[in-house]
Amino acid sequence: MSAQETFGNGKYEAVIGLEVHAQMLTETKIFCGCSTKFGAEPNTQTCPVDIGMPGVLPVLNKKAVEFAIKTGLAMGCRISTYSRFARKNYFYPDLPKGYQVSQYELPICEGGHIDIVVDGAVKRIGITRIHMEEDAGKNIHESSSGNYSFVDLNRAGVPLMEIVSEPDIRTPKEAAEYMRKMRSILRYLGVCDGNMEQGSLRCDANISMRPVGQKEFGIRAELKNMNSFRFIEKALEYEINRQISVLEEGGKVVQETRLWDSAAGVTQSMRTKEEAHDYRYFPEPDLVPIEVTQEWIKGIEAGLPELPDAKRERFVSSYGIPEYDAELLTSERAISDWYERAVTAGGQPKAVSNWMMGELMRLLNEENKSLEDCLLKPEQLAGMLKLMDNGTISGKIAKTVFEEMYRGGKDADAVVKEKGLVQISDEGAIEKAIDEVLARSAKEVERYRAGDEKLIGFFVGQVMKAMKGKANPQLLNDLLKRKLQ
Amino acid sequence: MKLNELTIAGLRKLLDDREVKSREVLDAVYKRIDDIEGTVKSYITVTKDAAYRAAEDAEKAIRANKASPLTGIPVAIKDNMCTKGILTTCASKILDNFVPPYESTVTARLGGQKYLLTGKTNMDEFAMGSSTENSGFHTTRNPWNTECVPGGSSGGSAAAVAADECIAALGSDTGGSIRQPASFCGIVGLKPTYGRVSRYGLVAFASSLDQIGPLTKNVTDAAIMLNVIAGHDPLDSTSAPVEAPDFTRALGREIKGLRIGIPREYFVEGMDKDVEEAVHGAIKRLESLGAVPVEVSLPHTGYAVAAYYILATSEASSNLARYDGVKYGFRAAGKDLLEMYMNTRAQGFGAEVKRRIMLGTYALSAGYYDAYYKKAQQVRTLIKQDFDNAFSTVDVLVTPTAPSAAFRIGEKTTDPLQMYLSDIFTISINLAGVPAISIPCGFSKAGLPIGLQLIGKHFDEETVMKTAYAYEQSTEWHARRPGL
Repeated sequence: MSAQETFGNGKYEAVIGLEVHAQMLTETKIFCGCSTKFGAEPNTQTCPVDIGMPGVLPVLNKKAVEFAIKTGLAMGCRISTYSRFARKNYFYPDLPKGYQVSQYELPICEGGHIDIVVDGAVKRIGITRIHMEEDAGKNIHESSSGNYSFVDLNRAGVPLMEIVSEPDIRTPKEAAEYMRKMRSILRYLGVCDGNMEQGSLRCDANISMRPVGQKEFGIRAELKNMNSFRFIEKALEYEINRQISVLEEGGKVVQETRLWDSAAGVTQSMRTKEEAHDYRYFPEPDLVPIEVTQEWIKGIEAGLPELPDAKRERFVSSYGIPEYDAELLTSERAISDWYERAVTAGGQPKAVSNWMMGELMRLLNEENKSLEDCLLKPEQLAGMLKLMDNGTISGKIAKTVFEEMYRGGKDADAVVKEKGLVQISDEGAIEKAIDEVLARSAKEVERYRAGDEKLIGFFVGQVMKAMKGKANPQLLNDLLKRKLQ
Repeated sequence: MKLNELTIAGLRKLLDDREVKSREVLDAVYKRIDDIEGTVKSYITVTKDAAYRAAEDAEKAIRANKASPLTGIPVAIKDNMCTKGILTTCASKILDNFVPPYESTVTARLGGQKYLLTGKTNMDEFAMGSSTENSGFHTTRNPWNTECVPGGSSGGSAAAVAADECIAALGSDTGGSIRQPASFCGIVGLKPTYGRVSRYGLVAFASSLDQIGPLTKNVTDAAIMLNVIAGHDPLDSTSAPVEAPDFTRALGREIKGLRIGIPREYFVEGMDKDVEEAVHGAIKRLESLGAVPVEVSLPHTGYAVAAYYILATSEASSNLARYDGVKYGFRAAGKDLLEMYMNTRAQGFGAEVKRRIMLGTYALSAGYYDAYYKKAQQVRTLIKQDFDNAFSTVDVLVTPTAPSAAFRIGEKTTDPLQMYLSDIFTISINLAGVPAISIPCGFSKAGLPIGLQLIGKHFDEETVMKTAYAYEQSTEWHARRPGL
């Protein structure tokens, strides 16, 4: 066991399992025809069914079943040809029927896994089950409204997948990595947009500590309200330290649900085991069991896209780029697609990777933009790389050209022409500029010849400045050195 | 004979022949309601103005020779079926202000034929009861003897039909709630196969048992009504994708050689003598029509009531969770959310509803689920197998509908178990999901109607109705009217 996997001076090991809720990207809700679009005016995307009016009945959205099967297949699960819904009973104002239609005894998918890479090593995290359920609405508490709250039921009935992991996770970093990989797969499949801030991807964690070497699990706490990768890591780190101090002081961890408070950076008790709900699950009598044919499963399997792991391996083997590059480039389908288009258009694979992970990501991050909003097309990057290869522009000029292309979506040729950025490789012109610089820098030339070779940078800078940065740098270097000898 | 005393089939001819107008039929119905409703109290809401407006539409269709079987026919609807824009209370204080913004599938289908809704009928609160004494508003009286209950939970619909306050009615049957009041009120009541009729818009009591069906003055009318409401509904996943036949075509078919099963568990030592005599008489009559009686056994009958009261209450405890004062219906004030919930449900629900919510909540609780709910489901499977086995040798089963004729108001209100046992002969049928009809087969010495129950195979209402029709045609019981 490596040192990074233990806590409390090597005495303890953490046992973590995650329950992920992913909102499915269906057009309509799971049991009625209302829109699932985010951000509408409160209670404008509702109908008698999702409001839970008397006498209404659910009708299952086939697309939701398809998405769940798709996800199960992508995570190596067994797909149940016979599964059913159950009712989870509890009272809350955002739960209009007083029960959530979910799956309990017979979920749609069971027994899969996700592989993550932590510190260069691959680790397999088991998936216990994936089941379908309906989302609840939202309670809105406004201090200005005094003694009452509002309920928005637009979200009620939006289809969710609950993806439950095995307790295979050992560190906060693994947990965050698992979530990143989960998000990546869901987005590749197009079944969830993975937006943790808006809550379309949510994560609860079960965590317990045990002395290193012990087989039995310790008493666990359930953590809620961690709505970013960073918070998952922070909350788990906090909780590990909290549980260790309880144990070190001879105390017992209490089985309870705790909320992550991101402002205070702590977890706080929400309810204890004694206060936990008895959900009184029983089979949902308003829906018939879900029967899935092998043909349907096969059809969905045939339509699965290439997933991140397979794509990463292919990028390494067919493009010869390092694992690290491949991992980053395949984290999002949009990024990998962009990359492949640039390479197909003739861009040298490693060069494309460098430009994307460097300049392109920098510029996008500065504006908080995603690749989908990017004006620059991958073919244009390939075009620019061609100009570098044939010496038309230098690497230094390329940065300027790239930024221009990024801002205006123009081809490299056009930018170079417009801005007069063609590299000067005319020896005569460069020599002339060098002569002028050396003529007015007699002192520096003397010091250089006396052995202060660092001054070469000064001379290059001066010449470049005189030539507005357009000198062919290699040629400039050679000529300069020759002249200074 | 007054117009309100006629049947659907009888009125259809008069309306189509232009001998009477829909509004004249309504005049007769509302005159009757004005005269006796103060005594019988069949209705919770009378929708007179809307009915007269609908009658104008119906008349236009009739004049254009575009009448359907129910065009211009006054029909009463049990108050647990949602009617758009019309109060739908389930006879509960918790819904005493609830006006649905949508229409149940069954009433939408009746509406498609331009029926006339006379009003919404009284019932036991949320269909939980066998006498209408559990109504949150008032108790309906039996038209044959106003000191007696009309049965329940569809007691308002049954009394309205028996008292000629409408031509026909819809009820719902979870454990006998159509058949038992039909038996008590001397009319015909049909519970179709589970899945035959859409439950969309029927306020749920126990989803896996509830089924809507007609209460009518004779078997022909029941077939006409079933024709309109039967068939798959995309809004109800549990409605079967099974083509519904024209049920009226089954009527008049021979029953010669038909094997009628007599389940021995339904004829026990100490049963009500009047009922025993009437039912035996009916079996003799069917035999004289060519049917062949065969004794059969439904060995798990004795467990039906227990299993039913676990399954039905479990589902009810969940189905009724939505009445929480948050979104619609009655709300009682409270200092916080929990208190508002508790006050609303304590004041909004009646005693029987609360009793069943508690029973169901208990049965589903952690640690009890296997012993109660799961066990009851296993019993349900065995009961269903009993029927499958019986139907491998017979075509239809014959039993009493209820262990007695109508009992007196207040007689069983203090003893819930006695009340539950009044459904002892009807409950198994819901657990098995098979169709059954109750038809009049005689009268008690006290002059109260007695019902005969005919039970069929899944989706074989035709055999049930053909048998019922043959019996009805050979007797006069159905023609007797209460002397109200």
